[in-house]
Amino acid sequence: MKKYLSFFRLRFVMNLQYRVAALAGVVCQFFWGGMAILAFYAFYQTDPASFPMDFQATASYIWLQQGLLAMLSLIGGTDGQVFEAIQSGNVVYELCRPVSLYAMWFSNNVASRIARALLRFIPVVIVSSCLPAPFGLMAPPDAGTFFLFLLSLALALLVTAAFSLVVYNVTFFTISDRGVRLISTSLSDFLMGGIVPLPFFPEGFRQFAELLPFSCMENVPLRVYSGDLSGAPMVRAILLQVMWLFLLVLIGKALEHKALKRVVVQGG
Amino acid sequence: MIEVSHLRKTFRVARRDEGFGNAVKALFHREYEEIHALNDISFSIGEGEMVGYIGPNGAGKSSTIKVLSGVLTPDGGECRVDGRVPWKQRVKHVAQIGVVFGQRSQLWWDVPVVDSFELLRDIYKIPEATYRKNVRDLTELLDLRELLRTPTRQLSLGQRMRCEIAASLLHSPKILFLDEPTIGLDAVSKLAVRDFVKRLNQEHKTTVILTTHDMQDIEALASRVILIGKGKILLDGTLDDIRKGNEQIDETIAHLYKQYDI
Repeated sequence: MKKYLSFFRLRFVMNLQYRVAALAGVVCQFFWGGMAILAFYAFYQTDPASFPMDFQATASYIWLQQGLLAMLSLIGGTDGQVFEAIQSGNVVYELCRPVSLYAMWFSNNVASRIARALLRFIPVVIVSSCLPAPFGLMAPPDAGTFFLFLLSLALALLVTAAFSLVVYNVTFFTISDRGVRLISTSLSDFLMGGIVPLPFFPEGFRQFAELLPFSCMENVPLRVYSGDLSGAPMVRAILLQVMWLFLLVLIGKALEHKALKRVVVQGG
Repeated sequence: MIEVSHLRKTFRVARRDEGFGNAVKALFHREYEEIHALNDISFSIGEGEMVGYIGPNGAGKSSTIKVLSGVLTPDGGECRVDGRVPWKQRVKHVAQIGVVFGQRSQLWWDVPVVDSFELLRDIYKIPEATYRKNVRDLTELLDLRELLRTPTRQLSLGQRMRCEIAASLLHSPKILFLDEPTIGLDAVSKLAVRDFVKRLNQEHKTTVILTTHDMQDIEALASRVILIGKGKILLDGTLDDIRKGNEQIDETIAHLYKQYDI
């Protein structure tokens, strides 16, 4: 356990080295969040009745999404180092460590997500909760909801990390990471509700999208927070998160097992 | 200590001729060639031995090191290091060995070297007292005092290599694999690395296997030399067995490569 904490510590320290990047990220997220909320507001004003979510809940969704972007987007941040290690063959050093590669990458992935989000989350939350209703971040309806939000957020983090591990391991076979990365980021951005929240999807397609692993990423916690997702559908969503987490870890480990058997270290 | 018998490893390499037309053709039909990186390799190395593993580029040196350190799974043959099969018991095995790949870096790029050391301490579960003693000894022997607090990316190659070697020895491994540890180093750094490896072998009885293209490394360090070419072992003996008269060591080796047509 101690070694995983050390990964976390090192990741965190590393991220502290890039203060300007964090600052730029925060500024960009304010702009993006503001723009998205205004666009949704225009849409809301034309016909409030056909708006599938409460407007205040939508605004909270967007602010949380911006605050947690570094934690919940599928590929980004330090993932480049893993792709680079696989492509250049530097992965040999990681294979020379007395740790399971999966556990090491997984904890690294989770650590860097948390470390990067911590720096950016706080300013976004503070500023957005000062904004006038209905444009700001609302408080969760009650303490129980907030607790469930934290639970589903933790699960979403693990599901997202497990999915990136699948992407990592696919790279062992494709060598170049560009294709896998492009496909998985565009699919996940759309299907996890990164562009528009899932309730805005057309009927039929929405039900289908809700079964996919992507829906277990940011979609669930961000909607649990505002109470948009509650009761039986919420319980189902959290159970689905657990199931996909389990499956994705299995798939990732199976791929890794196969990959290591035929691993070819690139570059001599 | 190390027993290797009939080891084989084949790689498939995609080949194509130059030019745009051939690149497009290769999109649809790819020609592969089988490269026998290791073709029936056998040798054994005893505890505390220091062995130079030499051969021209592409002979299979690094592949052997990677098999011995549990990274590559061979296609056939057997290998036991200290009773363990490296690729089957990878995690247990690598806890007992140290590896330096001269062309790669194991230190975390953005943070001071000492942060990397501390992470390695936790990964290898090195007891605090042992860790402190090893860092103290290595700092002194490899002259790292000024370097430990510097971010890796700001070290020169020679400085970094000294830190890399120290990083591989923090957990007091019984076997050390050095894959071209002196590549790109200046004379002073080369001498420092050689002296250090020699002392390590003498004082701690660490078994050292060293691949290099620098024959002075071999001259300074290895009592025993294994020559590999085209995936086969061609010669296993001492440097004196190979040397003829007063010839320079580089010429001797060049002759040898020619003689074996490798």
